[in-house]
Amino acid sequence: MLGPVSMAVDAGDCVCISGPSGSGKSLLLRALADLDPHDGQVWLDNRACSTTPADEWRKAVGLLPPESSWWFPGVLEHFHNGVPLPLDHVGLTTAILDKPVIQLSSGERQRLALLRLLSNRPRVLLLDEPTANLDPENTRRIETVITDYRREHAAAVIWVSHDSEQVKRIANRLFKLTDGTLQEQEMEWAPWLH
Amino acid sequence: MVTLSVTDLVIAALLVLMLALLSWRQRAGISRQLVIAALRTALQLTLIGMVLRVLFANAELGWVALLALMMLLIAGREVMVRQERRFSGWWGYAIGTVSMFLSSFAVTVFALVVILGSDPWYTPQYAIPLLGMLLGNTMNGIAIAMDRLTSAAWEKRNIIEARLMLGERWDRAVSDLRVQAVRSGMIPIINAMAAAGVVSLPGMMTGQILAGAAPVEAVKYQILIMFLIAVGTGLGTLAAITIGSRHLFDDRQRLCLERLKSG
Repeated sequence: MLGPVSMAVDAGDCVCISGPSGSGKSLLLRALADLDPHDGQVWLDNRACSTTPADEWRKAVGLLPPESSWWFPGVLEHFHNGVPLPLDHVGLTTAILDKPVIQLSSGERQRLALLRLLSNRPRVLLLDEPTANLDPENTRRIETVITDYRREHAAAVIWVSHDSEQVKRIANRLFKLTDGTLQEQEMEWAPWLH
Repeated sequence: MVTLSVTDLVIAALLVLMLALLSWRQRAGISRQLVIAALRTALQLTLIGMVLRVLFANAELGWVALLALMMLLIAGREVMVRQERRFSGWWGYAIGTVSMFLSSFAVTVFALVVILGSDPWYTPQYAIPLLGMLLGNTMNGIAIAMDRLTSAAWEKRNIIEARLMLGERWDRAVSDLRVQAVRSGMIPIINAMAAAGVVSLPGMMTGQILAGAAPVEAVKYQILIMFLIAVGTGLGTLAAITIGSRHLFDDRQRLCLERLKSG
């Protein structure tokens, strides 16, 4: 069970959510993307989730799950809006677009899944441990890509992370979710974010 | 025409018993089901034979409609139990039954009124066998297609939800599943049409020839039936998959696998 929870996130904010496993972090993100039935209401720019068509809502409020899914044989087929930024930003080369998905590592898939999500130009990014499968170098690359996207498009980011060092690098607000209850935590001052 | 005596049927039944004995010794674990199915065949067909004899003697629309309704309800149950994962509650029964009603009934009435033109149009000698053949085949098609749809939705739930997360509409998120399901439901009748007369002599045509009809007349009936079955099965499968795939989602286009139950 989750909640009740209440939070407001400003455009351009990066909010981290941490908490023990099973505390409902993924459930919270799924509820925000309206993937599970839930009580309460979510608002984006004064428009309620329940009055927005579900597909439109999910385009604007994009969720990146911990495991990426692929349904066409090739990588490129999944990018019908085009690839939103150069692949070297996430440590890949364009050759990967012609590969069959089945040949990719889970880390490569995860990075491509982020690009696929960004190609929708979401207003809000819901990231469920997006760097869990990645080495430190690619973790930094992903953090940079997301931070750049957030600044360029004034997007709000809600990022589930267990890594307190990562939280310091990327977030300007921190929430802790314990037993379905959300509490804002004091952030250590991170001057490079402001 | 050679009429069959009870002894003839007993001989055939002994063959089935022999097979049951053989598979029992092989420990195939199927003899019990085989015997029960054979008994059901004998019992059910004897019953329907008696029902048809009475019905043919009293060809009234009400009685024909009542038998047709019973056939539909039984076929609906059959569609439901053949799915490994099916919608729980009334939906599991209603999707198949409504789809068969829409397709088999409509095609049968159309054929009776427009093509056969028997007088009256509900003459049970035409209406009941025609409906029976259509229902039997449509039932198979819908059962296969729905089984395919629900099990694929279960297996591919991560993919379906990933597509929803990227802002795809529900119908797009399950479009592959729908195509596959409709295809697998229609393959049997397409194969049957392709093999008809070359590999297999269809049952109804064989029956008419055994009963003394001229082969060309029997062939014309068989072609008509094959076409009607193809249309009935196709429409029924399309209807069931359209209704069924929509019911996998709620009004907020969320995948609702809790609406399925197994077994």
